[in-house]
Amino acid sequence: MKFVYYPGCSLESTAKEYDLSARAIARVMEVEMLELADWNCCGATSAHSTNRLLGLVLPARNLALAQDSGRDLLVPCSACYSRLKTADYYLRYDEKVRNDMENMLGFNYQGNIKVFSLLEVFTVQEQLEKITRHVTHPLKGLRVACYYGCLLVHPPEVTHFDDPENPSRMDKLMALLGAEPVPWSYKTECCGASQGLVNGKMVRRIVSRLIRKAQEAGARAVVTACPLCQANLEMRREKGGENMPVFYFTELIGFSFGLPDSLKWFKKHLWNPGRLLASLGLVV
Amino acid sequence: MQVITSKRPGGLDFSFAGELKERCRQPVELCYQCQKCTAGCPVGEFAEYRPNQIIRLVQFGLKEKIFSSNFLWLCTNCETCGARCPNGIKIAEVMDALREMAQERGFMPPKNPAFLFHTSFLASVKTFGRVHEASMLMVYKLKSRRIFEDLDTGIKYLLRRKFAIIPRRIKGRRQVRQIFASFRRR
Repeated sequence: MKFVYYPGCSLESTAKEYDLSARAIARVMEVEMLELADWNCCGATSAHSTNRLLGLVLPARNLALAQDSGRDLLVPCSACYSRLKTADYYLRYDEKVRNDMENMLGFNYQGNIKVFSLLEVFTVQEQLEKITRHVTHPLKGLRVACYYGCLLVHPPEVTHFDDPENPSRMDKLMALLGAEPVPWSYKTECCGASQGLVNGKMVRRIVSRLIRKAQEAGARAVVTACPLCQANLEMRREKGGENMPVFYFTELIGFSFGLPDSLKWFKKHLWNPGRLLASLGLVV
Repeated sequence: MQVITSKRPGGLDFSFAGELKERCRQPVELCYQCQKCTAGCPVGEFAEYRPNQIIRLVQFGLKEKIFSSNFLWLCTNCETCGARCPNGIKIAEVMDALREMAQERGFMPPKNPAFLFHTSFLASVKTFGRVHEASMLMVYKLKSRRIFEDLDTGIKYLLRRKFAIIPRRIKGRRQVRQIFASFRRR
C-alpha cells in the first residue's frame, strides 16, 4: 500500500509521539507513507470558522499536491482529515466551489485521489491480518476505552467511517492486540477541541465527564486517534482526578509489536502511559 | 424559554433566513425544533443559546441576539448536531456562515479569546505556511493576557521536546500568502 502522508502541524510538534509511532508501525507493516512535499496547514478550526472559503482553499492546496503525486492521502489527525475530506467533498460535488478553488490554486481537480484517516487504513482487513502476524507482546489485562472523537465520524455522508454513533473499528483493533476494549457510550462525544485553549474551564468539565465515564466502564486507559483529543484528555482534567493515561492507537500497536522505541514515545506524554503497562507486567 | 414578539427591540426579519441560506445552503426553514441537535451538543449547557434556539432565532431573523450570543464562539465544531438532524440541516455550516456574518457586521469584540486564538493561528499559517505551535501559542497567550495559564504545561512540553523550536517554512508560503491576500481584496 502506497500513500502520501500528511502529518499536519501538531504532529511536527506537540503530537510528535503520534507521528513517530505512526511511521514506525507503517515501516513494520510495509505501508509506504511518503510525506507530502511542501504541504501547508489545513486551516483546522480557525480557518473555516472565520472564513468558509479560506477553510476550503487551504486544504485544497494539499489535495492539488496529492493529485500531482498520484497517491492517495493518509492523514493521522482527525481535524486535518475532516478539513481535507470536506474540501474534497466540495470539490467533487459543488461546481461553484470547485471553480473558485481551481482558479485560486491554478489546478484542475481530477477527483482521482482519495483521503483516508490513519485509523481507517490501519483497520481494514488486510492491515488487521498483518497486525495480527506482527504482535509479539499482546496487551493482556489492558482494559481500554476506545475514544474516536467527533470528526472521524461527522458528517457521516462525507467520512463514511464506521457507525457514527457506535463505531467499533478501533475496538476490533485493540482486541487483536490482546487488550480488552470496554463498551461505553461516549466514543464520539467531542472533547472540546480548540476550546481547550480558549475556554479551559468549560473543557475541563467536558473532559472530566468523559474520563469519569471511561472509568465507570471499567477502563484503565483511553485510546485516541487525534492530537487534540489526546491533549485535551490529558491536560484538561479537574485537579485531583483519576490518573488515566491516554494512548495514541499507533503507540499501542507499536508496543505490541515489541518496538523498544515505544518507551520513548510514552515519555513524551504528560502522564506517562508506560507506567500503567509496566504495572500490568507488560514490557518490551 | 423566551417569548418572542414583534414588539421587542431587534424585531423580526423573515428575510434573514434566505440571506443566510445563500451562504450556507442549509434548509433552516425545515427545522421543527425536535432538539436532537441540542441533546448532543457538548457546549449547549454552557452557552446563552443552544443550537435549536439559534436555528429558531434564524427563522425569526433576530440577528442581534444571534450575532452577540456567545454560542457562536463556544461551539466546538464537532458537527454532532448536523449528523443527527432528521431534516438534514448541517448546523455546523450554519454556524460557520453566522460567524462570518457576525464578523462582517462588527460583532467580533477584539478581546474575545476565541477571536484572538483564531487570528494568532491564521497569522502563523500566513507566515510559515504551517502553524509553528511554539510561537503561535506564545503570541496567543500574550495577546489574551493569559501568560501564566498553562505555563507549567508549556514547560513540561519543552522538557519533553514536544515543541519544534525552529519553524519550518514551506516553499509554497508565497502562494499561501497570496491566498490570504485574495480574501482581503474580496
